[in-house]
Amino acid sequence: MSLDKDTVKNMAYLARIRVEEDKLEPLAGELSAIMGWIEHLQELNTDGVEPMASVVAVGLPLRKDVVTDGNCRDTVLSNAPESEDGFYAVPKVVE
Amino acid sequence: MTDLTQLTISQARDKLAAGECTAVQLTEAFLKAMETGRDLNAYITETPEIALQRAQESDARRANGESLGAMDGIPVAIKDLFCTEDVLTTAGSHILDGFTPAYESTVSANLRAAGAVMLGKTNLDEFAMGSANITSYYGPTKNPWKSTDGKDLVPGGSSGGSAAAVAGRLAMAATGTDTGGSIRQPASFCGITGFKPTYGRCSRWGTIAYASSLDQAGPMTQTVRDAAIMLGAMAGYDAKDSTSAPVDVPDFEAALTGDIKGLKIGIPAEYKMDGMDPAIVALWDQGIAWLKAQGAEVKDISLPHTQYALPAYYIVAPAEASANLARYDGVRYGLRVPGDSLDDMYMNTRGEGFGEEVQRRILIGTYVLSSGYYDAYYIKAQKVRTLIANDFTKAFEDVDVILTPTAPSAAFALGEQQDDPVAMYLNDVFTVPASLAGLPGISVPAGLSPDGLPLGLQILGRPFDEETVLKVADVLETSADFTRHTGGGA
Repeated sequence: MSLDKDTVKNMAYLARIRVEEDKLEPLAGELSAIMGWIEHLQELNTDGVEPMASVVAVGLPLRKDVVTDGNCRDTVLSNAPESEDGFYAVPKVVE
Repeated sequence: MTDLTQLTISQARDKLAAGECTAVQLTEAFLKAMETGRDLNAYITETPEIALQRAQESDARRANGESLGAMDGIPVAIKDLFCTEDVLTTAGSHILDGFTPAYESTVSANLRAAGAVMLGKTNLDEFAMGSANITSYYGPTKNPWKSTDGKDLVPGGSSGGSAAAVAGRLAMAATGTDTGGSIRQPASFCGITGFKPTYGRCSRWGTIAYASSLDQAGPMTQTVRDAAIMLGAMAGYDAKDSTSAPVDVPDFEAALTGDIKGLKIGIPAEYKMDGMDPAIVALWDQGIAWLKAQGAEVKDISLPHTQYALPAYYIVAPAEASANLARYDGVRYGLRVPGDSLDDMYMNTRGEGFGEEVQRRILIGTYVLSSGYYDAYYIKAQKVRTLIANDFTKAFEDVDVILTPTAPSAAFALGEQQDDPVAMYLNDVFTVPASLAGLPGISVPAGLSPDGLPLGLQILGRPFDEETVLKVADVLETSADFTRHTGGGA
């Protein structure tokens, strides 16, 4: 499996990572090498095998639907790179 | 006077109880060692004020005839992947610049509640992604062991700072996290003990996530006994982690009886790989002989899907990482690099904030989860994971533990294996299968390479049977008598 420059560019966009144009080609080479090595899995017959998402056999526990936390706006915002009037501030999204 | 930094946890516990030293004296000795040992770059953040305050509190308790147990007054380092209240927490990444959590991870909170003294936060591969501690934004950590020609060696990774701190006696013990080998491989490289318990044994709450279905915290210590003591303080059910196991925490130290007569030790044929380093093979054979001599029964077993574990891991872990690391967007914490639009700001922040290896894994994860490839890669890997877990289940019908090497080599020089990601991934060939199956695994320093560098042996056990793993590890440690070797410690 080899990834071309355009595929890498698209993945980088989907993952919202800025990759400079001149880095795309070498990155495509590295990712192709990794995917080529992973390709080894395809030789294994896995028909009828259940996929394993977690080693924990039990179902997820449930808790009561009650408020257990809150009233900590300033604490939550204390790490924000930019905040205003008790909100996170981001570049304008609505014209 | 004894050099207090040379003490193990169990020795320090006894000295504290006997009034032969104080927690403040222990802490001061380590703070001084940390200062003179800064060249190793084992710590990202030192917390001397917190350490001294907690040590004083511990001494005050003891003066009142109270003690919180074996960890009370013990100076430990915390891997900088655990969130610590009001203390910078970086995950070794530029993207978490200035992040000071308002909360404490469950594992570090448990240690604190047990009286342990935090010395500081240790260096690691960025977001725990790496096997040499060279992907940290805060620079590489050096292994306290040096090569014969004096070259600086890597400590392994991702818990490289923790391993170097313990080996260099800059902490009595340290926490680590292990996703595919990140406790065990650096323990092997630095000549210390590293124990990844069963998935679910220690809460993941407040630990910065890499691959949530694999991440597990554990102790990194000088001895197996110390690992047993420290794990007891770290572990326990936590309602805040939905995968935390609702099981009791036994007295792990009580399992160290020294008696392994009749225990069945499995030796997996598939771990004998082509072109394996003869020194590793010889050490493995030696380990088998030691356990046999103590009355264990050794059996050949097969784990037929072993060769598929690493490729499956490099689908599952990056897939989970790509989802977990989506939260670093420059909005709520850490680095923000401005942009003209919201998307631009995201892309600039993540482009500058993540290092190359983290970017590679996010991109691989994005790719294997993208439509058209999801079944072929992600579901396929999850099916392979089932087969690997089944291999172990079947093997544990016949044996009590499994003995393997921890890593395929001794520590390598800084700068080596850096250009080929796949070559770096192969470091975890012996540790990844048990991670995929969620099993407990410990690395015990067992001997030296021809170049005089530490090599570890790994013992794997059944889920939640840490006690048998520790029991066998303790016997292995006694037989290997590794502490007779010097090179790492001061």
